[in-house]
Amino acid sequence: MAQANETPLVDVRHLKEYFPVNTGFFKTTPLKAVDDVSFQIMRGETLGLVGESGCGKTTVGRTILHLYEPTDGEVVYDGRPIKNKADIDWFRTKSTMVFQDPYSSLNPRMTVSDIIGEPIDVHHLCDNAKDREEKILQLMDRVGLNSEHASRYAHEFSGGQRQRIGIARSLAVDPEFIVCDEPVSALDVSIQAQVINMFDELQDEMGLTYLFIAHDLLVVRHISDRIAVMYLGKMVELADAEEIYDHPLHPYTKSLISAVPIPDPKIARANKRIPLQGDIPSPLNAPSGCPFRTRCPYAQERCAESMPDFKEVTAGHFVACHRTEEINE
Amino acid sequence: MATSPLSMQVDMDDFLPASEEEKAYMVQMRPSSTFFRDGCRRLFKNKVAFVSMIVIILITLSSIFLPMVWPYSYKTQLGVQPGHPVDPSFNNLAPMEYSTTELAAKERGETVFPHIFGTDDHGRDYFIRIVYGTRISLAVGFFASIIVLVVGMTLGSVAGFMGGRVDMVIMRIVDVIYSLPDMLMVILLASVMRETLGPVLEGTVLQAIGSNIISLFIIFALLYWCSMARLIRGQILSLREQEYVLAAESTGAKAGWIIKTHLIPNCISVIIISTALQIPSAIFTESFLSFLGLGVNAPMPSLGSLASEALNGITSYSYRLVIPAIVISLIVLGLNLFGDGLRDAFDPKLNQ
Repeated sequence: MAQANETPLVDVRHLKEYFPVNTGFFKTTPLKAVDDVSFQIMRGETLGLVGESGCGKTTVGRTILHLYEPTDGEVVYDGRPIKNKADIDWFRTKSTMVFQDPYSSLNPRMTVSDIIGEPIDVHHLCDNAKDREEKILQLMDRVGLNSEHASRYAHEFSGGQRQRIGIARSLAVDPEFIVCDEPVSALDVSIQAQVINMFDELQDEMGLTYLFIAHDLLVVRHISDRIAVMYLGKMVELADAEEIYDHPLHPYTKSLISAVPIPDPKIARANKRIPLQGDIPSPLNAPSGCPFRTRCPYAQERCAESMPDFKEVTAGHFVACHRTEEINE
Repeated sequence: MATSPLSMQVDMDDFLPASEEEKAYMVQMRPSSTFFRDGCRRLFKNKVAFVSMIVIILITLSSIFLPMVWPYSYKTQLGVQPGHPVDPSFNNLAPMEYSTTELAAKERGETVFPHIFGTDDHGRDYFIRIVYGTRISLAVGFFASIIVLVVGMTLGSVAGFMGGRVDMVIMRIVDVIYSLPDMLMVILLASVMRETLGPVLEGTVLQAIGSNIISLFIIFALLYWCSMARLIRGQILSLREQEYVLAAESTGAKAGWIIKTHLIPNCISVIIISTALQIPSAIFTESFLSFLGLGVNAPMPSLGSLASEALNGITSYSYRLVIPAIVISLIVLGLNLFGDGLRDAFDPKLNQ
């Protein structure tokens, strides 16, 4: 759990990731996929990251792992800024990633043991074939795969099993920090629960830290200690999981939470949904000031003039909105 | 339990607990099948491809082994023997015909090996020349395709993997080579290289092969890699976007590792197929050049040069043109059909 006096395991400072997009002859416009995002993840904590499609969640995850070179800002891992190649190489043995699509994230020409063993081979973690074999079987056992599956190919497995293979691969380097990029959104609901619970168990056993990216709010609420909400490349709200559900402050978060289906029709009827007008604007042509102002029911003139600060309203509850106080009277 | 006759309720007594054997039967998995085995199974099911594969194998094996056991050689002029006057009766024999010397030997009760396709105008056994020509043509086709494969694969994968400026430069070179009329280039290069390479090769092992064949290989390496490079670049570009490549990057894999374990194995089927289809086109080019007199050096036959020589006596000995033409057609057709079969069997995108 987050403690204020501890140094964070992952400290993301003003991270920016712009992709150049060709908009004509010899003209490129930066696509601001991630624009000035800062947050911290404590050791052993799970930070949920939610937002609608295209808001930059995945890019945040990949940029933290330096799969994309950050345009600006820095990532400090365990007190060490990740800057040059040596830092990145070191960081690669500490952090791994679980991917969204269990179909395209496994090489169809490799056996399960080769897929899981790939990080071991890349980092030369095992000296001989026997150690490697043992390590792989141990990993497979840990994620609930049979040892007889080791010589099979990925296409012989179901989606849930394939995702387990992907998780076993991400555990192969004994990481501390795992970026889970929508790991359950391609699975059906019954399998989702199994995989989510497995993530929970692995965290308890191995003391893992997760950045859990998802768009399913219920899943995120179940697994996360804290939740961050992103909109159009910017972080709009960050708070403890229960806090953000019970007292959402940002109008976008309010709307998101109100859209979560509630299994009890009596409560569901009593709750009022807050529908949003219009679509998410193109990140190539983002609105000035607050990115949410074009759809915000509370937007004022000053929202168009300046981007609101990401400020701490109550302890551990950050929000980026000019009118937080007025709205939440 | 009493139920109404119209009840849809399932009678639970119909269900029996499964025995251990039945349970074991249900969880049995099919044996693990690799991509390669699946492809071979599909290939052998395809009758046309299978038959052409057998034809190609037969032609290849006979072109390799027949010259070893055949009593005649492709270059001995049977009528010319040291210490004897030239015997012109060996020249221009019709198929299965014997020369006067051989007939005399047969009279004496000796066995004489027949000239199945007769002899040519220098008194050389035509059958073994065809077999030897097939060997040369196949070898040229095979090695030229290997050269094309190596050059095309290297440049294509570098272009696809590096992207950006490197990709642009390589692809513009490809465009330039594509826009040149390739037959003209081939003929020009072949005639220039015959002049320049000839003296260099003098006295080396390569002289036996002949400067024309060497220049043919160089031409293939210079001009024919383009389509292979484009193909492989396209494959690499699409494979690079796959998440398993990103996954490998996220574990810290270097470029070499990614190319070796992820990119090449995943486009190997495309590579094999296009190489198989490249062989007949190389054989065709070789035959064409030999026909124009730019192919193999004099005593050595190739199917193209045999056909070219046969033109002189086309009215009297038309079979000498027909036989190499048929062999070329068989090889080219067989390899093309086999290549098509390979593509159908191994390219999963076409199967869906």
